[in-house]
Amino acid sequence: MNLHLLVALPVVTALFLLLLRDLRQIRLIALIGSIVQLGACFLLLDSYLDVRAAGITEPVLFKSSAAWFPSLGISFTTGVDGISLAMILLSALVVLAGVLVSWNTEHLPREYFFLLMLLSAGAYGFFISLDLFTMFFFLEVAVIPKFLLIGVWGSGRKDASALKLALMLMAGSALVFVGMLGLYFNSADSFGAHTFDLETLSMQAMSLNQQLMFFPLLFIGFGIFGALFPFHTWVPDGHSSAPTAASMFLAGISMKLGGYGCLRVAAYLMPEAANYYAPVIITLAAIAVLYGAFATLMQTDLKYINAYSSVSHCGFVLLGIGMLNQTAITGAILQMVSHGLMTALFFAAIGMLYQRTHTRMVSQLGGLLRFMPFISTVFVIAGLCSLGLPGLSGFVAEMTVFMGAWEKHDTLSRVATIASCASIVVTAVYILRATGKVIFGPVADAHHGEAGDACWNEKLAAGVLLAGILIIGITPFLLTQLIQPDIERIMFNIGRDLAY
Amino acid sequence: MPSLNNLLLILLLPFCSFLLLGLAGRKRLSPLAGILGTTSLFISALLSVHSAWTYFSSTSSHKPEVAWSMNWLQFSDSLSIDMGVLVDPISMMMLVVVTVVSFMVHLYSLGYMKGDERFTTYYAYLSLFTFSMLGLVVSVNLFQIYMFWELVGVSSFLLIGFYYDKPSAVSASKKAFIVTRFADLGFLIGILILGHGAETLDFNTLIARLTDPSSPWLGALSAGSFLGASALTWGLLLVFMGGAGKSAMFPLHIWLPDAMEGPTPVSALIHAATMVVAGVYLVARLFPVFAIACPVALDVVLWTGIISSVFAALIACAQTDIKRVLAYSTMSQIGYMMFALGLSGYGGEAGLGYTASLFHLFTHAFFKALLFLGAGAVIHMVHSNEIKDMGGLRKRMPVTHLAFLIGCLAIAGIPPFAGFFSKEEILTAAYAANPVIYWIALITAGLTAFYMFRLYYLIFWSRESGVSNAHPVDEHHGEGTISMKLPLLLLSVGAVIAGLVPFGNYVSSDGTPLHIHLHIGDAVLPVLIALTGIGIATYFYKTESSKPAKLMQSMRVFYMTLHNKFYIDEIYLFITKNIVFPLIGRPAAWFDKFVIDGTVIAIGRTTDRIAETVRVMQTGRVQDYALFFIASLITLAVFAIYLFH
Repeated sequence: MNLHLLVALPVVTALFLLLLRDLRQIRLIALIGSIVQLGACFLLLDSYLDVRAAGITEPVLFKSSAAWFPSLGISFTTGVDGISLAMILLSALVVLAGVLVSWNTEHLPREYFFLLMLLSAGAYGFFISLDLFTMFFFLEVAVIPKFLLIGVWGSGRKDASALKLALMLMAGSALVFVGMLGLYFNSADSFGAHTFDLETLSMQAMSLNQQLMFFPLLFIGFGIFGALFPFHTWVPDGHSSAPTAASMFLAGISMKLGGYGCLRVAAYLMPEAANYYAPVIITLAAIAVLYGAFATLMQTDLKYINAYSSVSHCGFVLLGIGMLNQTAITGAILQMVSHGLMTALFFAAIGMLYQRTHTRMVSQLGGLLRFMPFISTVFVIAGLCSLGLPGLSGFVAEMTVFMGAWEKHDTLSRVATIASCASIVVTAVYILRATGKVIFGPVADAHHGEAGDACWNEKLAAGVLLAGILIIGITPFLLTQLIQPDIERIMFNIGRDLAY
Repeated sequence: MPSLNNLLLILLLPFCSFLLLGLAGRKRLSPLAGILGTTSLFISALLSVHSAWTYFSSTSSHKPEVAWSMNWLQFSDSLSIDMGVLVDPISMMMLVVVTVVSFMVHLYSLGYMKGDERFTTYYAYLSLFTFSMLGLVVSVNLFQIYMFWELVGVSSFLLIGFYYDKPSAVSASKKAFIVTRFADLGFLIGILILGHGAETLDFNTLIARLTDPSSPWLGALSAGSFLGASALTWGLLLVFMGGAGKSAMFPLHIWLPDAMEGPTPVSALIHAATMVVAGVYLVARLFPVFAIACPVALDVVLWTGIISSVFAALIACAQTDIKRVLAYSTMSQIGYMMFALGLSGYGGEAGLGYTASLFHLFTHAFFKALLFLGAGAVIHMVHSNEIKDMGGLRKRMPVTHLAFLIGCLAIAGIPPFAGFFSKEEILTAAYAANPVIYWIALITAGLTAFYMFRLYYLIFWSRESGVSNAHPVDEHHGEGTISMKLPLLLLSVGAVIAGLVPFGNYVSSDGTPLHIHLHIGDAVLPVLIALTGIGIATYFYKTESSKPAKLMQSMRVFYMTLHNKFYIDEIYLFITKNIVFPLIGRPAAWFDKFVIDGTVIAIGRTTDRIAETVRVMQTGRVQDYALFFIASLITLAVFAIYLFH
């Protein structure tokens, strides 16, 4: 299967959208585009599983490579393994749900959907890239539209938030780029030239000194995307100012670019440095988990609650990566997928509530279950997933991270693991406080009942994300079987390098 | 072995009814919902009884066997979550208890919840709870039990907060979830310690590895110490912390009385007969490890149990809400089960405490469910939970009266009711183990008889008219429908005869039948003490008088302390309101806003300032640029010369 199709589909949809004028046509095309994307992703999954079932054990499938800047050793190399496939599927689900919740965008709909499509193209491109330069290129493609989405369609202090988000993410990409150059100039392909090729780079051992210099650049750079403490402050402001679909994309997809990059580029290519810096990573991740949870306790705006809780939940991803063992990294990837679906669902539910009540302040909401049973149920399920209820995806991911984290014996890791475990209590507190006030309890404002419950598009959006959450929550082995061989391979590489 | 299909069906029926009712939403299916839920539970209960019957009548030695299991989530080569069905005496016994009580509650709710606008949702939640509880009792794996543990927690949360527009119900549901979650944190860390230490999460393997004195796993876990206890002790204690939270043991009990905000049938099912005994079940499940490898942890179980038991009994004497009295009595009785486990040894006669504990769990399920359902009938009639709104109801509610009296006699331990036998076994075991425990248990038994009969008299006797000004009795309501009376009658039968089951033949610590000989002589003292308690209650409360008020006056401080539940809630409130929120939450939020975000903004501003300064250089005059150009060129040239010279 040609992977370029994955990037081409959203780009073509986006370009096609530019030709249209009417909202109805625009959203229809956007919807069709995102359904086709999802379909393509499932086809890809199907053929991937077929090839794997046939016993092909190559690390990366459907690989293709086209020279881009041959003189600089840059090529457009793409391919997928189980991990990137999982991320691609996550993206496709979030894109579809995002388009569905934006169904009634009145303000500049064409540009809005255009940017959403561009964002998704960036995300797919990032996940299929096997060349660092291409990867960087798509990372940038995924940043710029966010600035516009928040700046033009956002709410609240949108200009400041948009600027902060764009600048911080740009700073992140700058660090990533310098780090990538570091890898590039320390590499040599079979002809002795420098290369950006991920697989070639992974075969080469970089000296420890070089690794120690460039690993932090890459890890912090990607970490900014993945809400690494203390570089997470774009998360609360950015999410809360963004329009609903942009929040969903931001938390559901963009933050995953960071976690994926930390694993695929930083830890994978420089395992010795990752091992060297592990105590720092683990400490920062544990702080993010617990500190994010406590900061959430004090929030009064639903979007801020979910944004800070994202900081806490993304801490699990970095914690898993920092532990550098198979179970913990599996957990990190599960957590990326799970958090992507869950937080997108949460933002979708918050957006639906906001549309009907025109407030996101917890104190002004109450007893919504009476008026909006569907949206309320979705909200509660998203909350329960966030606090790690078995049967939903969050539980599987968090427990895998904990199990893996416990494998590391030193005192620091033990303390960090216990601290992270403690977050399950704090999470329960803030989730139940919010749901107890917003969904249950006495009715705060009788006018909130006037707008009615969810429409078909909103129900479908929630349904798509819920299906993902339930499938992972009830049959996690489907996902772990998909990603397990690739994590084993990554671990093999890391272990080999560490053994030297 | 009972047939696997039956076992799976027992679990799947409630699950399917949950799915069906949950997806149906609130409007549709409403009249059918109750029938559907009740029928599926009826079949489940029949299958459970049948399975238990086949199991107990066919095999003589009862070792735990895994009837079915599947790999659900593989962590590493040795650690995985397996979902399965474990067949052993206690899981079979619990299947019967859970399905039978759940069926009674389903049936009862047909009348009790009739006309509620969320009738369908109610039955969906009940089914979810039943499924989760059944999954819990058949768990083959530490993590499986933890998962279903959390699921029963959430169904309990949903049912406590069922009347969601009542703020008290919402805060009670939050409290229940958060307190038990805190305890579950301990459980989780305990699982991590034990699972990694024994390199397995499977119960049978875990127990085998940790009870064999020569096993390397046991050696590794017992070696070394952290804060004076080995890893094994910590692991078991933390697991027990989870059990103590779920079973409302002191000091994690504060959620249980508040949980009475839920509909009364729910309290009967979840907060009396099944979920709250999960902690006892958990300790019983890991009992060989506790008893053989780590007696220290078992001592903690013992003392937690005995303290909770007497503590709750004292508080129950001074409560005025009918359901709260019952809640504290539940806590006290679970304390009984807990300390019975704690003082038990493994195998043979020494294992009497184990058998007695689970026997008490079994009988308690019947008479406590009976008491709650009886209380529900009373509440249904007078529309109040407060004892002061009741009185003299024995003529209006003859069936409820009789049922409640049987329940009271059973819990007080009067022969030949069920509670007598199980309590007697516990006391015999306590007497053999430790006289201090025995005497505290005896005092608790006396207190139990006193507060139960205080409750009984205040509801059914005391005032003659039975009319309260605040809450006029609903005349046309009567005693409730047949669906409410039938469970009362059936459970009354259970509360009378459940004690006659030769329990030791079926359930014992090591799986070999234990023949229990109770001596009549030993029973005299406990029965006398129970009768004394009943006598005191009769003296004070049978007829309305000023005697109780005088008693209260004479020991005012003591009474207020009991009435306010030893101020434990206030201590918790102080910790959360004055420590967690202002000293951790607020500084974290402040730090984030002003320090971290402040730094980012400061960097932004500085960049701005630098840009402002640098901008001055961009004058737009060609002469200036030429000057810069030439100056730079010269500088570069100087550099180049210096470098390459």
